[in-house]
Order: sequence, then structure tokens, then C-alpha cells
Amino acid sequence: MPKVVNERRVISVVVMNESSVLARVTALFAGRGYNIESLTVAPIPESEMSHITIETKGGVKVMEQITKQLHKLIPVYKVIEHEEMVEKEMVLIKFPIAENLSNVAALCAAYNGGIVNVGKEMVIAQVADEPKRVKHFIEAAQRYNPCEIVRSGVVAIER
Amino acid sequence: MKMSGAQMVCEAIIAEGVKTVFGYPGGAIMHVYDEIYKQNGFEHILNRHEQASVHAADGYARATGEVGVAMVTSGPGFTNAVTGLATAYMDSIPMVVISGQVPLSLIGTDGFQEIDAVGISRPCTKHNFLVRTLEELPRVLKEAFYIARSGRPGPVLVDVPKDITVEIGDFVYPDTVNIPSYKPTYKGNNRQIEKAVEAIKSAKKPLLYIGGGVVLSNAADLVRELAEKTQIPAVETLMARGVMGAKNPLLLGMLGMHGNYSSNMAMSETDLVISLGARFDDRVTGKLSEFAKYADIIHVDIDAANIGKLVDVDFPIVGDITKVVEKMMPLLDDVNPDRYNAWREILKRYNELHPQSYVDSDEVIKPQWAIERIGELIGEDAIITSDVGQHQMWAAQHFPFDRPRQWINSGGLGTMGFGFPAALGAKRAHPEKTVINITGDGSILMNMQELVTAAEYKIPVINVILNNHFLGMVRQWQTFFYEKRYSETDLSFQPNFKALAEACGGIGYDVTTKEEFDAALKDAIEQDKVCFMNVQTNRFEDVLPMVPAGGALFNMMLPQKTESHREEK
Ligand SMILES: Cc1ncc(C[n+]2csc(CCOP(=O)(O)OP(=O)(O)O)c2C)c(N)n1
Ligand SMILES: [Mg+2]
Repeated sequence: MPKVVNERRVISVVVMNESSVLARVTALFAGRGYNIESLTVAPIPESEMSHITIETKGGVKVMEQITKQLHKLIPVYKVIEHEEMVEKEMVLIKFPIAENLSNVAALCAAYNGGIVNVGKEMVIAQVADEPKRVKHFIEAAQRYNPCEIVRSGVVAIER
Repeated sequence: MKMSGAQMVCEAIIAEGVKTVFGYPGGAIMHVYDEIYKQNGFEHILNRHEQASVHAADGYARATGEVGVAMVTSGPGFTNAVTGLATAYMDSIPMVVISGQVPLSLIGTDGFQEIDAVGISRPCTKHNFLVRTLEELPRVLKEAFYIARSGRPGPVLVDVPKDITVEIGDFVYPDTVNIPSYKPTYKGNNRQIEKAVEAIKSAKKPLLYIGGGVVLSNAADLVRELAEKTQIPAVETLMARGVMGAKNPLLLGMLGMHGNYSSNMAMSETDLVISLGARFDDRVTGKLSEFAKYADIIHVDIDAANIGKLVDVDFPIVGDITKVVEKMMPLLDDVNPDRYNAWREILKRYNELHPQSYVDSDEVIKPQWAIERIGELIGEDAIITSDVGQHQMWAAQHFPFDRPRQWINSGGLGTMGFGFPAALGAKRAHPEKTVINITGDGSILMNMQELVTAAEYKIPVINVILNNHFLGMVRQWQTFFYEKRYSETDLSFQPNFKALAEACGGIGYDVTTKEEFDAALKDAIEQDKVCFMNVQTNRFEDVLPMVPAGGALFNMMLPQKTESHREEK
């Protein structure tokens, strides 16, 4: 078995919509020593299920265990270890209004985003893109002195 | 029918066919206890500690294969039950524990005796429920029993807030369960099974590696047939003792840290491991990179997560042992059992070279002798439970287990204090059998209050205390690996075990000679009363063979051969 150490992986977990299900999933990761890089969860429309997307890291064996252990949880319907996926992440960044706003807007536009709110002292920009591009965007945004950055975590869908 | 939540709990227990419930009341569960008082569908046994209630329910489940039930109150009642849940969880024992909880309106307020039971028990239950409405209570109870016994069995906790036990509502106990997200795999993939059978037919040195899953699946007879048909030798894990039967010539013995020489050598030299319901625990495998180094591995397990977890598997089969072995049998009609003659010869020679043995003594009772003696005097009729330590390993090594469910011990969690309450459960399930807890002077004190329970309910369990005045197993490690610094393991200060038993309404025996041992055991069987047999053994006996933790299975510390060596057939 080839050992790829700490490869980044994205897993989707479809679960029954019940109160403690998220705790079960995260406790499993904590208890068995698996990483969670990011996690998102929301109900699946018109169903009694929720979709959890987990970004994690691990070798082949660890990934196999993670999916199998998730499967064992009673309220888990489906575990998808993404191979060919479309993935997106969103980021909101607050900039001081004193920054060069047209440059900020141009930067956001380059990442398919834009300024979504303008206040007295701050503007808020939003970008939703592939996680890698979001990371680049955040790096590029550093020169405009961002005062707050909030990332959403990854959502993914298999192609 | 209209009834209270408390009544629903009782009705569900009756509907599930449970005859005995073990428990302990308290504020949050009092309404249920009020209903227990009024009904006569099951008996309730009041243990003297919640941990014991859960172990007793566990022992009942292990002895019967049916779901054991325990009941506790909220807060400390529940936390006392946690060790019992974890013990059952590690050994995949079907059990339902019902705990009281503070009323819904108080949850989250740090109310009196409020503790987050589902939070605490999440990692040590197969599943758990906090009941939120009376309407869902019947369904939750039904699902709890179903989840506990289906697939890979395990303990399930149902946490019931007090106000729900008071509320009145309609009760219909569901006939069926529908949990769309939970569908255990039983059948086993046909193609994989065929491939595995081909591998068996072309192997030269195959080995059956039998685990507790065979007991849980009630597959012992089938597995014996498989072995007999193919003449493939077998090793058992600690949890599988009794599956093959001690007299079975194909059984090499127990493998692992305290496995016998031929078993561990067989695992080291086999070219095909046929793993049935075993999970490659570190106490079994030793150093993983040396484990079954020359073998392909067939792994049959109902839990897919067990397969490939620790070793790479060549023929993974997810399914119930019974179903899978049933499918294998006809495919093996044309197997030639002579094919493995040379292999069995090698193993026979290994066994002659280093049989399971110990040096007996005329001066003092050797623990191994005591265990063999119990086997000789009662043997097949007994159910043996045990605690954790040297006595447990000696029992596993030396008792002639003849059938599954005859040997009940905490293998996965290694819980001292398990044996006595588990024996109560086993005895309640099988009153016709002699139930003996082989225990240590350390372990027995961890649930000794059960003397009172046993005396009150007339549950005549025999506790054979192999008394070495030590936390012996820890002492053994200190001897070997800590230069004999016996830090906090010396139990020279002892209670008067005989008086202790008598003070609680049982019988006590002080035993120092073999004659006294025989006399006490015979008397204990006749007396039909709970007892402590306080058996003085030599202090510094070691459990051998031993594979030091993390070492390769074939590197065993072996017993010395001397004149008075007693070898087993
Ligand atoms: C609850 C619990 N605490 C601690 C241990 C660690 N432990 C394992 S064996 C052992 C010694 C047991 O002593 P005793 O019951 O006298 O058995 P012996 O080994 O002497 O036969 C201890 C302390 C354990 N297994 N369980
Ligand atoms: Mg001891």
C-alpha cells in the first residue's frame, strides 16, 4: 500500500438531521486523533438530512479508517471521500476605509469577488473560490491591512 | 394504550423478553422504579454499586448472547456506570443501559445530579440517546435494543429525563425498526469468499485465528466443523477460549502476549491466516511488522473498520462469521486435509518442545494448579468469570474450556472488578451451572460490596481468590522491566477475606494446602451460598510464556524446565 503522508483530503458526510450528530462526528475525529482542517455543516434542502464537509489530512490508511469509522456512526448515511470534485470556500475580509478601495475592488474582482458592504470606517469584501485561490487572495489582501478575516471552510461536490 | 413514560420503559423491557434487570435507584429514575415495583414481568436485582449493575448485565449478556439491561439514576449513578459501558463496548457486548436524567427544563442548568450522559458515554457506547419527547420514547427503546444486538453488538445508553417518565401518552411498541442510515452487512461478498477458499486450498501452512466474534456470532460449532473438515490447526484469542474445545487436537492454544509457544510460532510461520472475528489487538500481535510475516491474510469481520486497521489484508470479507463460514463449507468439499499434514507435524513438534507448563510444588499452592484443579473437579459444568491480572491469564491458559460462553472476562478494557458482578449476571442467566470467579486479592476488592447482593438474592457465586499478596501482574512487569522496584504493588496488608465474606452473609474459606483447596471447593459447591475462597499462593509466580510488549511473537520468555515440571497433555 503506498503511504502518502498527510495528504489533504475532503470528505462529505451525509447524516440524519438530529441534535447530537455533529458532536458524534467531531468527537470521533478528536478521540481517534484525526485532524480537522475545516468543517462545514448545513441541512440538505427538503430532506431530513444534513451535509457535513470535512477537510482533513492523512495517509491512505488513516483516510480508510476515517471513512470506515464515520460509517459506523448510526446516524451516518453516506461517506464520500472526494476524488474528482468541485470545491469552494468563501472568505469575508474587513478593510479600513482608508485603504485604496479601487485597488481592493480590483483584487476582489480578480478572484471573482467584490466589496459587499461599506460602513463608516470599514469595507467588507467577499470572495468565494477554490480553497487554493482563496488562500492566494488572502495573501494578496495583506498589503491592504485587513483587520478581520473569516473563512467558511470548504464545501465540495463530486463531479 | 395510555401510560406514563416510566411504564413504557418497563413494557419495552418485558416486550424484549428480558427476565432480569440490574440496577440502582435515585431521584431522576424514581418514577421508573415505582413502575418496577408494580409490575411482575421481570425481576430487578439491586446491586450495591452501579458499576456492578452494568457488569452484571454484561455477564448476563455474555452468558446468554441476549441483551443485558441495567438501570441507573442521573449524575453519579450514571458516572458509576461508565466503566461498565466501556468494558462492554470494548468486547462488543449487547447491552442497554437506561439512565435517569434531570427534567428537560433543567438540562443545561447544572441542575442537581445533572451530567451530560450522552456526551460522556459517546466514545464508549455503540450508540446513545437522550430522549426528548414522550412520543419518541417507544421508538427509541426499540431502536436501542435493535442496535445493541445487531451488526457488531455493543452497549447502548438511553438517557430519559424525569419529566418524560411522568408524562402520560399513547404506547405502541413498534414491531419493526427502520433506521435508514444503519444497515449492517451480514452476508459476505460471494466473490471474496470464493477467492478466500481458493487461497485456503493452495496454502501449505494455513492457520485459523479465532477471535471473540465467533462467540458473538454463535458460530463455534460451525468453526469447529470448518477446522475438522479441512484439518487446519487453530489458535484462539483470549476472547475466544472455548470455541474449539480444550480437547480438540487441532487447537494449539491461546496466542499473544501470554500465548503458548506453538500458537505464537504457528502465527509467525503460517502462510495463510484465516482470521475469524478477531481484531489484531496489540496484545495478540506483538510487533506488527513481524506478525504473520510470511502470510496472506483472510479477514472475516462484521465490522469493516476492523479490516485493514492494523495489518494489510489480502482477502477482506465483511460479514457475519456464521453466514460467511456457512458459505465456505460446501466450497471446501474437495479440500484435501492431508495437504497440511507436514504443517501440523511441525506444530506438534513445537508443542512437544515447549508445552504450556509450570513448576508445581508440594509446599505451596501454585495458581496454575488451582485452576487446573477447578477444571478437574467441575470442568464442563462451570462458567468461569475472571478479573484482570495474572490470575486471568492463568485461567485463560490452564482451564480446560470446552464451549463458548463458558469463559467470561474483560479482554478489551481489562477492568479489575469485573469478575464478581459478571458472575452474578451469568449465574442468574444459568442457575443450573456452577459459576466461579477466578480473581485476585487486588481485583476482588474492587466490587466486593456485591457479597451483599449475592447473599440477599441467593446468587451462589464462588470467588476463588488466588491470593499472592500482590497486584501480581504489575509486580511481574516491575520484576522484568523495572529492576524489582515494587512501587505500590505490595498487598501484604490484607483484609480478613473469610470474615469479610461472613460479615456480608456469605461463606469464607482460608485455603493454604491442596487438601484444603479440594475440601473448600467441594463444600462451596454444596453450600449453595456466595463465598470467598481465600487461596494462599506463592507470591512470585510469573505468567509465562511472555512476549514483552512491542516484541515479536516468536521472541518469548519461556518457563524453565526442571524436575517437577508439570506438562499438560
Ligand atoms: C480498574 C483497573 N485498575 C488498574 C488496572 C491495572 N492492573 C492490571 S492487572 C493489576 C493487578 C491485579 O492484581 P490482582 O487482582 O491481585 O491479580 P494478580 O495479578 O495478582 O493475579 C492491575 C493493578 C486494571 N487493569 N484495572
Ligand atoms: Mg494478586
